Amino acid sequence: MSRAGAGSVLDRPLGRVRGTETQVSLSAFAYLYSELVQYHQSRVASISELERRLESSGYGVGFKVLELLAYRSRESKRETRIMSILQFISSSVWKSLFGKAADSLERSIDHADEFMIIDYEPLTSTFLSVPSDLGQFSADAYISGIIAGVLEGAGFTARVTA
Amino acid sequence: RNVSINQSINQTNTPKMSTTSQKSPLLFLIVGRNEPLYEVEFDATTNPAPSDSVTRQNYFVLHSALDLVDLESWTNPGMYLKVVDNVNHQMVSVFLTASHVKFMLLHSGKNEDMVRNYFTEVYELYVKLSMNPFYKFDTAITSKLFDTRVRAVGRRYLS
Repeated sequence: MSRAGAGSVLDRPLGRVRGTETQVSLSAFAYLYSELVQYHQSRVASISELERRLESSGYGVGFKVLELLAYRSRESKRETRIMSILQFISSSVWKSLFGKAADSLERSIDHADEFMIIDYEPLTSTFLSVPSDLGQFSADAYISGIIAGVLEGAGFTARVTA
Repeated sequence: RNVSINQSINQTNTPKMSTTSQKSPLLFLIVGRNEPLYEVEFDATTNPAPSDSVTRQNYFVLHSALDLVDLESWTNPGMYLKVVDNVNHQMVSVFLTASHVKFMLLHSGKNEDMVRNYFTEVYELYVKLSMNPFYKFDTAITSKLFDTRVRAVGRRYLS
């Protein structure tokens, strides 16, 4: 797995070192993501199945993001309350993934246990156009998968929709 | 969710521990949601392998502490939970990561600072391991490099 230990995942530094932060170009991500959507699209028969697949793709990312950010914050603390984990998501997770905090976090009036994280220009759907025959499809299912992963990882079972 | 322990196991074979070795063997377990993901035993003695009942009892003690860990995990917002359980002069210390992965160490309670440093180092290794996109969360850890590193850290801090 490691070529004489050089470049092994376990050797690379984990914290952010100034000057070596890797930047991924937006277009690279947009291309990769559109490929991901197309890949799944060719293998499913319905919109909900496609959304489900995108969600499960984001699910694994959620766990890793949670661990990484918790480690980097160097606080040795875990979130045990719902509001604090949601705030963690809408600020830290959003900043590290998309470069800025989410636009807002709101609590729904209709249901006491429903919350909304609002982002006006989500990265995943900014560069995608949905044809009319796909109707209700939302490419942000990937992001909702990430959020679901973070919540699940922290121990809060949740249902996340975009 | 938790490993269910058959409580009828009798504790009569306990005192053998303190007579066989000067330092009781240390058992380190990484436990996911349902099952152990990784385990390693640090045996500081030069005795031949400890008897079967001793090893089984180590696992039993660690697993029975899981319930206590779950209770603590919602009341204590920190990651390092210090000593969670105390059985037969052996202590169980637990470090809980942000995604509730439990690092459990069965030790004799001599140097708490070293235990804490050990946990911190293993935590860093674990986070690096989970950055591997091919490592699925909550699956067994099979990486040999990880194993080598954890053992090296263990030798450095625990013996």
